[in-house]
Amino acid sequence: MGVADQSGSNGRTGTLRVKTGLAQMLKGGVIMDVVNAEQARIAEDAGACAVMALERIPADIRAHGGVARMSDPDLINAIKDAVSIPVMAKCRIGHFVEAQILQSLEIDYIDESEVLTPADEAHHVDKHAFEIPFVCGATDLGEALRRINEGAAMIRTKGEAGTGNVVEAVRHMRAIRGGIARLRAARGDELYAEAKELRAPYELVVMVAETGELPVVNFSAGGIATPADAALMMQLGADGVFVGSGIYKSEDPPARARAIVEAVTHYNDPAVLARVSAGLKDAMPGIDIGSLSQGELLQGRGW
Amino acid sequence: MCGRPRIGILAVQGAVAEHERALRAAGADPILVRDEAGLVGLDGLVIPGGETTTLRRVAGDSGLIDALREARRRGLPILGTCAGLIALADDIIDGDATLVGGLDISVRRNGYGRQLASFETSLEIDGIGAGPMEAIFIRAPIIERVGVEVRVHATYQGHAVAVSDGFCMGLSFHPELTPDPRFHQWLVGCAQAYAKASAAQNKEGFGVRA
Repeated sequence: MGVADQSGSNGRTGTLRVKTGLAQMLKGGVIMDVVNAEQARIAEDAGACAVMALERIPADIRAHGGVARMSDPDLINAIKDAVSIPVMAKCRIGHFVEAQILQSLEIDYIDESEVLTPADEAHHVDKHAFEIPFVCGATDLGEALRRINEGAAMIRTKGEAGTGNVVEAVRHMRAIRGGIARLRAARGDELYAEAKELRAPYELVVMVAETGELPVVNFSAGGIATPADAALMMQLGADGVFVGSGIYKSEDPPARARAIVEAVTHYNDPAVLARVSAGLKDAMPGIDIGSLSQGELLQGRGW
Repeated sequence: MCGRPRIGILAVQGAVAEHERALRAAGADPILVRDEAGLVGLDGLVIPGGETTTLRRVAGDSGLIDALREARRRGLPILGTCAGLIALADDIIDGDATLVGGLDISVRRNGYGRQLASFETSLEIDGIGAGPMEAIFIRAPIIERVGVEVRVHATYQGHAVAVSDGFCMGLSFHPELTPDPRFHQWLVGCAQAYAKASAAQNKEGFGVRA
């Protein structure tokens, strides 16, 4: 072929660029919660860019109560076998053994998630210790940078999962964007105090101040129920969206899944958004955040 | 040369902003393409990495795939990376139908394995500038067959990873994730040549660029 062959040379796996790279490929897409192989296929057919394999969607975790844990490996494997798109799964905050198990299952991304019951109230998983990339939730810039410092290769705003109410997702996305804008405007000698205020590493704070963006991809999650919700989060600066209960708690999941995928591609085109929003039957009923007690809020888990 | 070429980036889903940055640095004006109308008047096109199932669903339903096939037939310069390589392949081995096609190769989706097998390495590149290139492979497609008309620019462990046919280039890795500008510069060069040829033909009354 007249080209020097690279046979024998070994590729380096699990590098930071390889971990953050997959998240970059997911941008502009919708990651859907699924609880079985059939739902996973529906999600893939609808154009999801990845699926999140879990035993119960957040709305049912909320209703079920008790301790929510990593899903059964059989379930995760069945979903992995059913689709060709990336498969993610959740471990509890700080539960590094659940993370080890998920890595051994060779899924594509681990979500260290506040939707499950935390296993450690002081420490998150040391994500640098893994070859598999992690996504973590955040409610503001400081929390996002602390997770990135621990090795998260992707961030998602937490929102309030399982409510079908987008208000918290909006609050968290605005908090992160606002935090970035504040760092952009700060003088160089003010960044030490900003880092202290954010409880985040100074080096990451400087990086954000210089570039005006997070060093990893940032999706939106928690309460997205309609195509308009998804487009709202994209216009507010999300790189893509996670949709959990919003699809399978609605009346016509395949149609709603397709509509949300199109809404994320065409998030700036109200005519397309109007077309895909039409005739979708009922969205999930939803919960007023004010009706939840402090203890029922998932977003306060993690620190 | 007549100014910066207009190079579209298919923006259905995937790593769009990274290509935007690379194209701008290479001297092009990037334009995001989400529908058929967005393809009009372009001098070149990038089909980025992402999920081909998403591309198939969103672009297939809207008629955008047909317009992309027409653009490829017209000879519009195209750079396809990862999912973009799959989109350009005439043959997708795991049974999926051809998406855009126009590059005589057979590919297997995720042929290098799942995310844990994703890797970075250094490649010798033939015919696109000098010296080795850092290359990042993410759940990458593997090229199993290369047609006789197709030129191979780089291989990894016995498989082609960079192939071209005229103004059409397909890569199983992601040049938009590394600072090396060579593949984007190659596309800009092709786009300038294409724009020049189109302008000449337009004078003779052929609407090639339309």
